[in-house]
Amino acid sequence: MSGLFDLVVNNPLLLAEAALNGLLLGGVLALLALGLNLIFGVLDIVWIVYVDLAMLSMYLIYFTVQVYGWPLILGAVAGVGLGILLGVGVHLLIITPILNSPPVNQLLATGGLLFFIQSLATFLWTTDHKSVRLALPTLEIAGMFVSFARLIAFGLAVIVMIGLYLFLTRTYIGTAIRAVSQDRGAMALMGANPQKVYLVTSAVGGALAGVAAALLIIQYSVHPYFGAAFGPITFMICVLGGLGNMVGAFVASFIMSEIISIGGVAFSTEMGYVIAFALFIVMMFIRPSGIFSKRQ
Amino acid sequence: MTAKRAAAGVLLLAVLVAPLVPMGGIRQYVLHVVIQIFIWSFIGNAWSLMGRFGLVSLGHGAFLGVGAYTTTLLWNFYGLTPWIGVVAAVAAAVVLALVVAYPCSRFGIVGHYFGLVTLAVGEVIRLLLIAERDWTGGSLGLTLKTAGDASFKAIQYADKRVFYYGALVVWLGGLWVWHRLDRSMARAAMEAIGEDETAAASVGIHVSRFKLAITSLSAALTAVGGVLYAQYIAYVNPETLAGVGVSLRIVFAVVLGGMYSVLGPTVGTALTISLSEYLRVKFGVHYIGMAETMYGLVLVIFIIFLPSGIYGTLRDVLRRPRNRATAQA
Repeated sequence: MSGLFDLVVNNPLLLAEAALNGLLLGGVLALLALGLNLIFGVLDIVWIVYVDLAMLSMYLIYFTVQVYGWPLILGAVAGVGLGILLGVGVHLLIITPILNSPPVNQLLATGGLLFFIQSLATFLWTTDHKSVRLALPTLEIAGMFVSFARLIAFGLAVIVMIGLYLFLTRTYIGTAIRAVSQDRGAMALMGANPQKVYLVTSAVGGALAGVAAALLIIQYSVHPYFGAAFGPITFMICVLGGLGNMVGAFVASFIMSEIISIGGVAFSTEMGYVIAFALFIVMMFIRPSGIFSKRQ
Repeated sequence: MTAKRAAAGVLLLAVLVAPLVPMGGIRQYVLHVVIQIFIWSFIGNAWSLMGRFGLVSLGHGAFLGVGAYTTTLLWNFYGLTPWIGVVAAVAAAVVLALVVAYPCSRFGIVGHYFGLVTLAVGEVIRLLLIAERDWTGGSLGLTLKTAGDASFKAIQYADKRVFYYGALVVWLGGLWVWHRLDRSMARAAMEAIGEDETAAASVGIHVSRFKLAITSLSAALTAVGGVLYAQYIAYVNPETLAGVGVSLRIVFAVVLGGMYSVLGPTVGTALTISLSEYLRVKFGVHYIGMAETMYGLVLVIFIIFLPSGIYGTLRDVLRRPRNRATAQA
C-alpha cells in the first residue's frame, strides 16, 4: 500500500487528477454496462461478445472519419446504426435459435462470436492500433490536466443515460422492457409479445454499444483486442451492480473506474485491474445479488 | 461389449506404435499436433469433471497458469526439478480452488454468477502474472532454463516421442479418473446437487463437501496439464496459459465434443486443434486471423445445431431410442 500512501501524502494533486479521470472513464463504462445489463435483465443471457460489438462500431467510425473523411458526427451516427444492426443481428441469428437451450450454451454461442469478430478484425484490419485524431486541447483545471475529449465523452454519456432512463420509464415499450426483466412469465400472461420486447431490447442494447463506441474512439485507439480489454470489466460492473439493476450498474461503473484509475496511478495499470477484480470477487461473496440488494 | 473392447484395443495399439512409423519429414509435425491434442484433451477432461455437474468455470486458465508458472519459476530460480515442482503446482492450484470454491459454495453462487466469478479469477491470475514482471517476465513470458537435449531431472527432451508417450499416459490417466468418478456414488450426489442443491441437501448430501472436492480435483488435474504443457513447449506466457482466452478455448473444445461422455472432451479437442492446424497450414501467414475466424464461426454453428456436442449427438443417434433419455441426463 506504500504506493497509495505516497500518493495521498506527497502528491494529492496527482491523486485528484486520477480521481477525476476515473470519474470520466466511469461515464463511458456505465454506458456499456447499462447496455449489457439491459439485455441481461430482459433475456437472462450474458452477451460475452458485447464490447466486441462496440469495437466493430469503433472501426466503422474510424474508417468513415479517417479514411473517407466524413464529419465525426456523421461517423458516430453510422456507428450507432451499426450497433443497432449488430444487436438485432445477434439476437435473431444467434440467440433466437437457442433461446431455450441451457444458459451455458447461450453464453458460449456469444463467446464463439467473440472469437469470430476478434479474428475477423485481425484478418481484415491487422493488429495495428487505429485512432481518430481530434485536435482537442487538454484543459488545466486548478493544476490538474484533463483531456477535453474525455470531458465531452462524459457529458454525452450522461445525456444518453438520461435519455435511456426516460425511454425506460416514460414509453410503453420501455415499461414493457422493465416488466419483462422483473417477471418474464407474467409478462406473456398479460398479453404482451415477449419476442418484440426481446428484439427492441437487443436493438437498444446495440445502440448503446454504438454510442459507447463513438465516445470511446475519441479517447482510445481501436484494435482487435479492444473487446477483450474492456469486456471483463464490463461484466464485473453488471454483476457488481446487480444483474438487471440499472441504478446499481451505474454506481458500480464509477466504483470500478475509480479503482482502476487511482490504482493505476498508485501501483500499475495491471494492479489497478487486479484490485478491481478482487473487489468484485469479494463483493460477490458478501452481496451476491449486487451492492443495492437487501441482504437475505 | 467385446467388439467395442477389440476396437478400443486396436485403436490403442495404433496410437502406441504411431511414433515408430517412418513418416519422413512430417513426423515431427504430426507428433507435435498429437501431443497437443493429448495435453489439451486432458485439460478439457479435467474441466468437464466440474462442467458436467453445472459448475461451469470460465476461469480454468487460472489453474493452468498457476500450475505452469509454479514449476517454471521453481526450476528457473531454485533449480528444483519439475518432478517435485508439480507437487507444489498441484498444491497451489488446489489452494486457489478452495479459496474460490468455498465462498461460492457457502454463499450459493451458481450458474452465470459462478461463471463470472471464475472468469474474474482467471483475469486476476493473468494480470498478476503480467504485473509481477520482475520474475515472470510479464507479457513477454518466460523461457525454461535449458538442461540439454535429454534431461530426466528437468523433464526436457528434444525428442518429441518422449513427450508423446508421456502425454499419452497422462491423458489415459485423465480418462481413468473420469471413468472412476462416473461409476462412483459421488457422481449421483453431484448430479443431484447440479439439479437442485436444496433438494440434494435435504436428502443428506453434503453439498459443500462434494463441490469443494470436485473443484479441487478438477483444479489439480488442470494444473498438471499446465505443467506438462510448459515442459513440452519450454516457454510460458500469461496470454496462452491464463485469462479469458484460454479458459474459453478449454470450454469450447469440451462443449463441442460433449461433456457428458468420457471421450467427448477428447473428440472436441482433437477436432478444434486439427481444424485450427488445418486452417493455419492452408491459409498460412498470408491471411493472419482467417483460420481463427473460421474456427469461431464453426463454433457458433456447432453450439446452435449440436447442443449436446459431436460425440454426444453421434452416440445418441447410434443408441436405441430407449436409452436416449438417460444419455442426456
